[in-house]
Amino acid sequence: MSTVLTSMDATFRERLWKKFIVFIPYLWLLLFFLTPFLIVLKISFADPLVAQPPFTPLFQKSVETGLSIYTTFDNYLYLFQDSLYLVTYINSVKLAFISTCFCLMIGYPIAYGIARSPQPTRNILLLMVVVPFWISFLLRVYAWMGILKTKGLLNGFLLWTGIIDQPLELLYTDTAVYIGMIYSYLPFMILPLYANLEKLDIRLLEAAADLGARPWKVFKDITFPLSIPGVIAGCLLVFIPAIGEYVIPALLGGADTLMIGRLLFDEFFLNRDWPVASAVAIVLLMLLVLPIVYFQKRQNQELLEQQ
Amino acid sequence: MNKRSTFIFSALCFGFAFLYIPILLVVIYSFNDSRLVTIWGGWSIRWYIELFNNDNILDAALLSFRIAAVSATFATIMGTLAGIALTRIRQFRGRLLFTGMIASPLVMPEVITGLSLLLFFVSLQQLIGWPGQRGITTITIAHITFSMAYVAVIIQSRLTDMDESIEEAALDLGAKPIRVLWDITLPIIFPAMISGWLLSFTLSLDDLVIASFVSGPGATTLPMLIFSKVRLGIAPDINALATILIAVVAIGVSIAGWVMHQQSKTKKA
Repeated sequence: MSTVLTSMDATFRERLWKKFIVFIPYLWLLLFFLTPFLIVLKISFADPLVAQPPFTPLFQKSVETGLSIYTTFDNYLYLFQDSLYLVTYINSVKLAFISTCFCLMIGYPIAYGIARSPQPTRNILLLMVVVPFWISFLLRVYAWMGILKTKGLLNGFLLWTGIIDQPLELLYTDTAVYIGMIYSYLPFMILPLYANLEKLDIRLLEAAADLGARPWKVFKDITFPLSIPGVIAGCLLVFIPAIGEYVIPALLGGADTLMIGRLLFDEFFLNRDWPVASAVAIVLLMLLVLPIVYFQKRQNQELLEQQ
Repeated sequence: MNKRSTFIFSALCFGFAFLYIPILLVVIYSFNDSRLVTIWGGWSIRWYIELFNNDNILDAALLSFRIAAVSATFATIMGTLAGIALTRIRQFRGRLLFTGMIASPLVMPEVITGLSLLLFFVSLQQLIGWPGQRGITTITIAHITFSMAYVAVIIQSRLTDMDESIEEAALDLGAKPIRVLWDITLPIIFPAMISGWLLSFTLSLDDLVIASFVSGPGATTLPMLIFSKVRLGIAPDINALATILIAVVAIGVSIAGWVMHQQSKTKKA
C-alpha cells in the first residue's frame, strides 16, 4: 500500500515539475508577447483623441445599450485613401527585395568559397563572418555615414584617384540605404548558405566533371539546385527584417526614402496618432505573415529531420 | 590557380573587405585630431579624453550594461526552460501556440514589438496603475521577451543533438526527473546557456528601436544617446566609443578562438 502511494506521489511530482517548466515561459509569453499584440489590434480599430492615452476605449458603457464594443475601420480606410501609405509599403517591399537580391549575389560566392576552404582557414573565415554581429548594429550603420558623406572618405578617394571630378551625392539617398542594408544583412545570407553548401557531397561534382560537364554546367545543374533550401533560408532572413527596418533609412536615407518602419515610428512619435500607427503595424504584419509562416514551417521541418 | 578558384578567391577578398573596411576606418579616424571628422588632422587621443569626461555617455553606458546583464540572466533562465519544454515534453496543452510564440519574436519587425509593448504598458497602467513610470523596468521586460526566444532556439538545437538515452538510462536506474535535469541535462547544455547569455547581452546592448518605444523620460540607454547624436551628423567622440566597443569584441573573440583552438588540439591528441 505504501509503495503504491509513493510511486503515485512520484508521478504526481514529476507531472508538477513538467508543468512548472512549461508554465513559466508560457505565462511570460502570453503576458508580454500575445497580449500586447491583441492590444495593438484593438487600438487599430479605435478613434484618435487628444487625450492621454490618445485613443477611444474599445468598450463603452452607456445607459441605453449597456456595454457595447466600439470599433471603426476609419484607420484602415485612411491607409488606403492616402497614397503615401500605399507608396511606402510598395517602396519598402522594393527596397527589401533588391537588397535581398544583392545579398544573394554577393553572399553566394563567399559562402561557397568558405565551404570549399581547407579546415583551419574555414573556421577562421566563418568566425570573421560572425564577428560583425557582435559589434553594435547602430555603430556599423554609422560607419557608413563618414564614408558616404559629400566630403566623405569615398568621395575623397574617388576625387584623389581622378575617377570623378565632382563629389557624388550619396548620403541621404536610396543608394546609401541599399549599401547599408546589404552591409548589415550580408552575414544573415552567408551563414545559412554556408550551412547548406558545407553538406554538399563533393563526389557528385567530381562525378559530373569526370563525365565531362563544364564547371558552369556543374554549378547550374548540381550545386545550385541542391543549395536551394539554403538560398530560401538566407533570402527570408534578409527580406523579413529588411522590410520593417528603421535605423538604416533613418540614418542613411533622405527625407524622400519612404520605408514602413520609419513611417510607423514617425506616425507614433511625431504625429502621436496611435490608432493609425497601430493600423500601419497590423498591415505590415499582414504583409509579413506569408514569409514568416513559410519560414517557420521550414525550420520545424529541418528540426524534425534532425530528430 | 584555375579560373574558377580565382573568381572565388576574389569574391572572398571583396566580401571581407566590404565587411571590415568601414569598421577599420572608424577605428583609424577615432585617433584623428581634426574636428572635421573625415579630414585627417594628425594622430591624437583627444576624443577619448572627451569621451571619458562626458558624464551623459558614461551614465547611458552604465545603464545599458545593467539592463543587459539583468535581462540576459532572466532571458537565459526563461529561454532554457522553454527549450527544455519544446524538446523534452512531447505533449502539453497549447503546444502549438507555445511554439509559435517562441519563434515569432525572432522574425517580428522591431517597430511592431516596440509599439505593442508600449501600448501594453500604457493599458496596464490605466488598469492597475503599474508601471507608474516607464524606464529601466519596462526596457528590461521588453529585452527579456525577445532575447528568451533566441536562447530557446540555441538550447533547443543543443538538446536535439544530445543523446537522449543518457537521460533515459538515469531515469531507468531510478533517478528522479529533477535530479536528471540537474545532474545530466543542465551540465550538458551549459555551454549553450553561456552562448545564449552572451547573445542576449549583446542583443540588449544593441537595441535602439524597442528601447525607444518602451522607455520613459528618465532612462536613456547608450544606443538611444548615440542615435540622437549621430542623427545630426558625425560625432568624433562616437568614433572613439565605437573603437572601444570594437576592441572589447575583438579581445573577446580572440580569447574564444584561442580556447576553441586549444580544445580542438587536446581532442586530436
